[in-house]
Amino acid sequence: METLIQAAYLIAAALFILGLKQMSSPVTARRGILWAGAGMVLATLATFMSPQILDSDQVSINIMLIIIAIALGGGYAWYSGKKVAMTDMPQMIAMYNGMGGGAAAAIAAVELIKASNEAAHDVTGSSTVADMLGADVAVLGILGAIIGTISFSGSIIAWAKLDGRLNRSKLLPMQHVINGLLAIVTLGFGVAIYFTNSLDTIIIFYLLALVLGVFITVPVGGADMPVIISLFNALTGLAVGFEGYVLGNAAMIIAGIVVGSAGSLLTQLMAKAMNRSVANVFFAGVGTDAATVSSDGISKGVMKEIQAQDAGILMSFASQVVIIPGYGMAVAQAQHKIWELTQILTEKGVKVKFAIHPVAGRMPGHMNVLLAEAGVPYDMIYDMEDINADFKNTTVALVIGANDVVNPSAKTDNSSPLFGMPILDAIDADNVIVIKRGRGTGFSGVENPLFFVDNTKMLFGDGQKAANELIQAVKEL
Amino acid sequence: MIEGLAAIYIFMLAGFTGYEIISKVPVILHTPLMSGSNFVHGIVLVGAMVALGIAETTAQQIIGFIAVLLGAGNAVGGYVVTERMLEMFRPSDKKAKGEDS
Repeated sequence: METLIQAAYLIAAALFILGLKQMSSPVTARRGILWAGAGMVLATLATFMSPQILDSDQVSINIMLIIIAIALGGGYAWYSGKKVAMTDMPQMIAMYNGMGGGAAAAIAAVELIKASNEAAHDVTGSSTVADMLGADVAVLGILGAIIGTISFSGSIIAWAKLDGRLNRSKLLPMQHVINGLLAIVTLGFGVAIYFTNSLDTIIIFYLLALVLGVFITVPVGGADMPVIISLFNALTGLAVGFEGYVLGNAAMIIAGIVVGSAGSLLTQLMAKAMNRSVANVFFAGVGTDAATVSSDGISKGVMKEIQAQDAGILMSFASQVVIIPGYGMAVAQAQHKIWELTQILTEKGVKVKFAIHPVAGRMPGHMNVLLAEAGVPYDMIYDMEDINADFKNTTVALVIGANDVVNPSAKTDNSSPLFGMPILDAIDADNVIVIKRGRGTGFSGVENPLFFVDNTKMLFGDGQKAANELIQAVKEL
Repeated sequence: MIEGLAAIYIFMLAGFTGYEIISKVPVILHTPLMSGSNFVHGIVLVGAMVALGIAETTAQQIIGFIAVLLGAGNAVGGYVVTERMLEMFRPSDKKAKGEDS
């Protein structure tokens, strides 16, 4: 039986890797998640046959508890996952990720408490957790516990921030110093667990790690949240891998470490796309302080307004229109209208493309998901590198709900907080039409010189309403 | 079971595998892929089941129960949202006929 279970785990691990591999192309991505899902079901079913579980003194009650817990946790996740709007996807991922981290930490807790219990009732009376588990298992178990717990409480804070339930970005003065000290103390308690058999030490250790996760995440600015979520995703993977070693479970080790390394790389890619280092994300907040200062100095020209009627004419007779959507479009739920507009323009013989900045939306690729939901085929969507040279041949660049990603001061003004971030060169197009709710600044709080140049026209209004007016204007021609 | 050097090999090879998978992913799939990898570490459910399965005291059972609860949430939630996202990716209609086989 043991061999069969191990075989099932092996197949599951292979399915996970193949599944992730297929997710790396839009054509096979759908199949990828199905494969990975099959692996998960297989591994879960096999675990019910595990001798470790079946040989337990309390086998019947434990199995019943397992089934109830799966039904409750799985049921809740199924319901919430089906219900969540596409715009709220990032925080949902943060939430499920936090659950995984919490599960890894809880596994470690069971093992550590068990070991400390056995050590305390040992004949010598002075055995330690490390004596019971072995040095390697104890070290990885404790490391997994701290990482999993930080990922758990940190992800919950990330979820709360993205969901608009928590707006504070400052808890205490000298937050970073306190965080550093707290991290050292927490690690100290981790070491203490290793060398003692005290239950209190374990409890304090977990409480400290929980607080540490909160303290790390609270100061992180909203724009940096994707990087944090991705990092916590990688950390949870690592914690799962470590606890897999503790339990001697190959599927957990492989899946956990694959996610850990894939997630680390993804985190770096995201940070790079936003022109931030991962360390920067933790130790400096973009936005509020730095940004408001620089916004005073920059050129305050005049914004030129345009009416939907005129904008419609301009677009109808354009040879090429490039649409640059931002998160503001998704907030206004305008993506369906924009797709409708695109179809009408295409019928009129206008070439329409979508240009997506790597950090458009709340996560890299988030905007693609939102456009896909509206029905935009992915071969109309272009990455920044592919489209930037093409703006010179573009009659109209339509910016809707985006701001910082088309801000030319990222290239020209080295005092700007955005300086160095790669941007979409919308400014190179013959005409730029910006749909915007008001005259305020963007997510980062930085003034955008693009809005003041001669070939830019502002179409003020709610994204959905403006898109509707454009459709009417184009249809009437 | 899995010990010493063998474990280090597994850690190393799994690490390289993860790196390889991500390095070829187009930006448009980053969010679904993060979600997909989030689902994959839902395998923690299996460990949580074992942890609850071997629990001896009530305290261990409570913590084990929480572990399974959270693990199941990770696995199921991760699957549902990833599947919902990937379901929506489709090419233009004309292309679909040629490629979608």
